[in-house]
Amino acid sequence: MKVNLIVNNQKKIFECEPGDFLLDTLRTYNYLSVRRGCDTTNCGVCTILFDGKPVPSCSVLTAKANGHQITTVEGIQAEATKIGKHFGDEGADQCGYCNPSLALTVYAMKKELNNPNMEEIKEYLVSNLCRCTGYIAQERAIKSYLGDES
Amino acid sequence: MKVVNNKIHSVDGLGILKGRPAFTDDLFEKNSLIIKVLRSPHAYARIVKIDDALARELPGVEMVMTYKDFPRIPYTRAGQGYPEPSPIDKFVLDEYVRHVGDEVLAVAAIDAKTCEKALSLIKVEYEVLTPVLDFETAIDNKDIIHPEKEIHEMFPIGFEPKRNIAASYKMHIGDVEKSLSECEYVVKESFYTQAQAHVMMEPHTVNARIDYQERLVIYTSTQTPYHMRRIIAHALEIPIQKIRVIKPRVGGGFGGKQAIHGEMFVSYVTYKTGKPAKMVYTRKEVFESTYTRHPMRLDVTLGADKNGALKAIDFHVLSDTGAYGEHALTVFMVVGSKVLPLYNKVDSVRFFGDVVYTNHTSAGAYRGYGAIQGNFALESAIDMLCHKMGVDPVEFRQINMMKENETSPIFAIMGEGTEGTAMDMETCKLEECVSRGKKLIGWDDIYPRVDLGDKIKSVGMAIAMQGSGIPYIDMGSATIKLNDNGFYNLLIGATDIGQGSDTVLAQIAAEELMTTIDKMIVYSSDTDLTPFDCGAYASSTTYVSGNAVLRAARKMKDTLLQEAARVLESKVEEIDFDGEVFTSKSNKSITLIDLSNQLTYSESQQQLSVTSSYVGHKSPPPFMAGFVEVDIDKETGEIDIINYVSVVDCGTTINPLLAEGQVNGAIVQGLGMAIFEDVKYSESGKLVSNSLINYKIPTRLDIKKLTTEFVDSYEESGPFGAKSVGEIGIDTPPAAFANAVYNGFGIRIKTLPITPEKILFALQEKERNHHE
Amino acid sequence: MMKLVVTEYLKPKSLEEAYSLFIEDKKNHIIAGGAWIKLSLKTANKLIDLEELKLNEITEIDHVIEIGSMVTLREIEINPKINRLYNGILSSAIHKIMGVTIRNVATLGGSVMGKYAFSDIIPVLLVLRTRLVFYKHGEMSLQEFLDNPKMERDILLKILIKRDLGIGFFKKVAITPLDFSILNIAISKNAEGFKICVGATPYIGKLAVKAMEYINGFKNVSDEKLLNCANLVVEEIKFSKNNRASKEYREELAKVYVKRGLKKVIANEG
Repeated sequence: MKVNLIVNNQKKIFECEPGDFLLDTLRTYNYLSVRRGCDTTNCGVCTILFDGKPVPSCSVLTAKANGHQITTVEGIQAEATKIGKHFGDEGADQCGYCNPSLALTVYAMKKELNNPNMEEIKEYLVSNLCRCTGYIAQERAIKSYLGDES
Repeated sequence: MKVVNNKIHSVDGLGILKGRPAFTDDLFEKNSLIIKVLRSPHAYARIVKIDDALARELPGVEMVMTYKDFPRIPYTRAGQGYPEPSPIDKFVLDEYVRHVGDEVLAVAAIDAKTCEKALSLIKVEYEVLTPVLDFETAIDNKDIIHPEKEIHEMFPIGFEPKRNIAASYKMHIGDVEKSLSECEYVVKESFYTQAQAHVMMEPHTVNARIDYQERLVIYTSTQTPYHMRRIIAHALEIPIQKIRVIKPRVGGGFGGKQAIHGEMFVSYVTYKTGKPAKMVYTRKEVFESTYTRHPMRLDVTLGADKNGALKAIDFHVLSDTGAYGEHALTVFMVVGSKVLPLYNKVDSVRFFGDVVYTNHTSAGAYRGYGAIQGNFALESAIDMLCHKMGVDPVEFRQINMMKENETSPIFAIMGEGTEGTAMDMETCKLEECVSRGKKLIGWDDIYPRVDLGDKIKSVGMAIAMQGSGIPYIDMGSATIKLNDNGFYNLLIGATDIGQGSDTVLAQIAAEELMTTIDKMIVYSSDTDLTPFDCGAYASSTTYVSGNAVLRAARKMKDTLLQEAARVLESKVEEIDFDGEVFTSKSNKSITLIDLSNQLTYSESQQQLSVTSSYVGHKSPPPFMAGFVEVDIDKETGEIDIINYVSVVDCGTTINPLLAEGQVNGAIVQGLGMAIFEDVKYSESGKLVSNSLINYKIPTRLDIKKLTTEFVDSYEESGPFGAKSVGEIGIDTPPAAFANAVYNGFGIRIKTLPITPEKILFALQEKERNHHE
Repeated sequence: MMKLVVTEYLKPKSLEEAYSLFIEDKKNHIIAGGAWIKLSLKTANKLIDLEELKLNEITEIDHVIEIGSMVTLREIEINPKINRLYNGILSSAIHKIMGVTIRNVATLGGSVMGKYAFSDIIPVLLVLRTRLVFYKHGEMSLQEFLDNPKMERDILLKILIKRDLGIGFFKKVAITPLDFSILNIAISKNAEGFKICVGATPYIGKLAVKAMEYINGFKNVSDEKLLNCANLVVEEIKFSKNNRASKEYREELAKVYVKRGLKKVIANEG
């Protein structure tokens, strides 16, 4: 079937099966920043923005996205560069596999929450798992990004 | 120093965060055949019959592979130096399947849908055998897991498959029985550590293609590309020069990618068909069909005299290596070699035991590599001894633990595989680590406990050591070449699996050549283009590969000075170089940029390129002291980790940010093992914890505060004074936590994980006993 | 991990159309948010997406909050009316479910219709005396729905919660924040008295009717009576072991948290 959606502000028509999930369809169409980390909606690595809200792309059917807006990290490069600079400042990047999805979720969080404290940041990001960093450096980086008005 | 020990951004973090294609499954060929594996539903069975005719005939199916298709060549999947110290006990496919999830057969087809359809058309008849699921009954069990006649060891490792023994080892110094008999205080306890899953965020994946030189080019998520190349050449009888293995960005390894995963099938399919192929493990396959940590039973006896000196240590260990023996001996030995030297003033030590086969998922390399299991047992037992003696556990350690310039006879005896290497601890800041850590956690204000009403606050601690590469075995090398316009390429075999080795090694080279990191372009882990490196394991990258890079950088500097001397018509000794400009005594000068352009285009043209290697003659251990502060609910046993303090001696931190990241990440992984991570099997041997629904890792909300510091330490034999930092962080949490629980409630839990449920029931039992 | 095989994906424009598609074939399924579809479905004939049916609003009519079945958990969690309800008991419970990403997809309707034993929401809805409105079956209490496994296929339209004055308490006990509960406790108190519901035992949330009768029989509740009530809950409710916890541990947790919850509710009242 054909699905009409807007990906990173560009109108797209995706060809897919009715049972296909966005994660696989997006990767087929070369949005390689969207990745798989598990089978069961638990890791957060596949997170994308659906009408601006972070969702697990492994669990959203492509057909459901018909008529909606999808954002991958390829669509927020300027913000991602900013987030990445803060990550670099804090040594928060290790293997990087969880970083594009984390950047998207942080970006969505900045828009949604007003001046969150560290506990609120952790709660918002709790389902973005990381096995490399132990989280602390990521949280320092995110806090300083949220305070960065440049 | 301008680059080393500075908070430099990693060379690759930004690009990866921005979503650039970089990982293995971002780089497969279009039209790759998809490979899926049929996996055993039984813990132990023999394949009687495979009915795959329908599958073979299905349009779109390229190949169905069964054990009959492969020559009978055994190998080990373990990524280790050759000849490997692991049993050679694996065939690509075998008539026997030895754990739930073991490979029965594989299908290659044009797409996933066809693959799945083909698999559904295959009928396999099994003779179901009785599995060995309790490692304590494995030895001399009537069910033999490896009856094959072709399997063997490369050199004596105690391999007795007919007894279900994959490896065994024993050593002793002095007479432990005699020492213990003379000890005033003796503690004799058994500890159990569980299997743990790595849960790196990127599942295992590999893809291959035949290039225009008709060579097999493999991209794989691995920690050991060179070992992969050798093992694949051997097992599939492909001339090794026809194989190229490239490691792209890896989404975490922690030891779980130190061994073969899907490379055999992918290589075979591509080599035989000429078509590109790929395989991506599901998370379920990662749990069931890759590797776990070795679960162990550790029987520990400690003895101290009436003056408070530790006199004897006895360690009897049983380790469960699961269905295949990767890393069986070497992990086992590290339980002793990287734990027992911590208390080097004893009169006698004994370390012995066996590693057994069972029908569990294969155990393998996992950060800590035996040291975390040994540390849990030893550091718990030390606290138990202290409580028996009525002495302060921190003071006892300060008296009995290793100090700078001391040694332990264990180093000479126990290596990783066989013999060890004697060495003095030229850097050992354990004293400072302990006293600093004690201060940071607020030990004196809390020890042993503070009653908060509903909860008890308590503290616990442990010390640890690890190693820095395997002396006389691990080799790393580096090539540096000069480009026009004065920048360098650094080609290294060393595998960056997220620990930042690309950055750290570039820093070392940049520092030595007095340039900036943006002028030191790193390319790594390509068996055609980069010089050899054993791979990312044994905490070898900073120390071994780093020393190779340092040597190469020095060699390049010498070469540059010679060229500059020639151009400036001067003597080499009279040239001053600041990284950008060469100036002679007579004030003639040339910039590096001009020199490089001359050498490339206009005069006495030559490509300056140097290669250096390094093999360690010692393995200087990093040391650390770990302190935990916990609040535990008196009525439910629920746990709040308030703070974990780590004070680490890893020599110079080449990159302080990345070093802190290594420690913090490892601490959290260690806490997971201490408190709730648990690889669980059903009664029939099926893995229950085979998804992230049932296997949990620590989340952001579990970690309130980590306080990590590095002490001033400079290891002469290391590059710019560095040792290693990749594994040390994981070792202390289980013992520190067990000790905190004891300090809080007076209950001693000796099996991991130490869950709230265990705490509550132990507490209730204690109260019942108290009332009797 | 097999691919999901579906014949057709539809977004009907009317309830009648959605309903007839749903009853047409047993292999036709409704998609609300689709949060669980990956884990619970392998094949389907038609997937019926209710997105176009305007079931995604939260309104209030005559002191009854009406939540459309397609409202996402996240939308409910941050809704100010819901936040004020019984000191935020429903928001608190939802807040602890997995992460924001899943809560942006999962709907209240899907969570209710799934009747998941691990549900943290059902116990809260039970102590809030929640009622459901179905397309064909009309209005019924949540308890009636849960007690009727043989109910014919129908479309859930909205969830009704009376906005009266009361205190709420919710506790989720889990090994780690992202895990299923090993026990959850929901308590409410209003003019009519206490309601106590225990779930993830590992069974689905159940009201502790006898314990409630006991505690509601007193004007003043002493510590001793709280303890008795907690013990009654443990006697009355069925607990079992599973991979995450033993029966005995769950019972201990229930005793402690029912007692603490009741205490907290009473303290909040004063």
